Amino acid sequence: MGYQWNWSIFGSTVPTGETTYLAWLLSGLQVTVELSLAAWLLALALGSLVGVLRTVPNKALSGLAAAYVEIFRNTPLLVQLFSWYFVLPEILPFGLGDAFKQQLAPLTQQFLAAMLCLAFFTSARVAEQVRAGIGALPRGQKAAGLALGFTLPQTYRHVLLPMAFRLIVPPLTSEFLNIFKNSAVCSTIGLLELAAQGRQLVDYTAQPYESFIAVTLFYLLINVIVMALMRIVEARTRVPGYLGGK
Amino acid sequence: MYEFDWSSIPGALPFLWEGMKVSLEITACAVLFGIAWGTLLAMARLSSIKPLAWLAASYVNLFRAIPLVMVLLWFFLIVPQVLRGVFKLDAGTDVRLASALVGFALFEAAYYSEIIRAGIQSVPKGQISAASALGMSYAQAMRLVVLPQAFRNMVPLLLTQAIVLFQDTSLVYVSALADFFGAAYKVGDRDGRLVELLLFAGAVYFVICFAASQAVRRYQKKLNAHVAH
Repeated sequence: MGYQWNWSIFGSTVPTGETTYLAWLLSGLQVTVELSLAAWLLALALGSLVGVLRTVPNKALSGLAAAYVEIFRNTPLLVQLFSWYFVLPEILPFGLGDAFKQQLAPLTQQFLAAMLCLAFFTSARVAEQVRAGIGALPRGQKAAGLALGFTLPQTYRHVLLPMAFRLIVPPLTSEFLNIFKNSAVCSTIGLLELAAQGRQLVDYTAQPYESFIAVTLFYLLINVIVMALMRIVEARTRVPGYLGGK
Repeated sequence: MYEFDWSSIPGALPFLWEGMKVSLEITACAVLFGIAWGTLLAMARLSSIKPLAWLAASYVNLFRAIPLVMVLLWFFLIVPQVLRGVFKLDAGTDVRLASALVGFALFEAAYYSEIIRAGIQSVPKGQISAASALGMSYAQAMRLVVLPQAFRNMVPLLLTQAIVLFQDTSLVYVSALADFFGAAYKVGDRDGRLVELLLFAGAVYFVICFAASQAVRRYQKKLNAHVAH
């Protein structure tokens, strides 16, 4: 059984006629990148907040933050995704769920659910890194900040966090890479991102090898670009005198 | 307001348990295979034979750069076709599920190999020197001196990775394998009770993974206390 390789398939037009198969893949790539970047920004913000809360003296707050992290780290990504997409709109009170289902376009619904899912999933991991970063600082830093007359929030803002964030850039890099890879899971709710477009090409063209190789190469490309960018960030934020610093 | 109706869960428990057994089986296979293959990969990567080290590094970096969903789709859709072409299998033989399982294990081995490599590197170099001074070959030094110490240090990390892997098994959903998540989804879809079944599945995963990670944490503390004395 000889397989007919046909790389020109990407240039041919799709059945509906308005565009090429390559354009399908590129639009999938665009969705993957937009989704991952949006989710990453949200995850950084949420994760920083929760990570800081885990280290505050107030037991109730740190307990809540710990529960948050445990919930999002101990359930599979797929379960979380389906919960955002299928469960939440059903159980939201005050007609919010109905508004979500009836007033938003299906594409927007999928994108929103996918973005929130990736953001909360990743934020729990970011929170653990932020906590570890704050924990890695010498105890005297917090004491010194408070002794200088800073309030606790001011100590976090001006003393602890600027150092902690620089320390945790390397582990955050791998979380940033993970969010792109995890975004592929969102093809399961019908979001037409890169992996889903690849699958669609298999169904439409009978050229499965070319399509899967192209999609895999796109993921590798994302990986290489993100690593190169983060290496620059890591070099700039490195703390002299710390492990890995100069 | 949404009216919860949990009545379809009790009757579906035997079916869900079948799914859970599949999930646990996949986890056990992938952990065992992942540790075995991951150890070989880690040793290859640390080997002084350059082409071997390079091949192992490429394998690990490739699998770590691709989403698990893509790997599963490759092994579910593409690899069976290749196998069919190469081995002239008749159309009745369905190798897709077995193939997806192998893909899952190959993927997880890349992550295991990174843990094991770090574990091997954490053993002081003097141990190898001491072993060779005692007349051991490199293979003997690895097997009898380095690996036992490396694995002892790695146990908590290997277990934590096993918990991650257990959660990852839900992704075999894309290959139509009836694991616990697939079973819960099917029941929910059939009875129109997706909300309850998804929440139930989430709760079950949470209880298992949370309990397991707490146990690992306790074990780690015990290990640290032991090392400290």
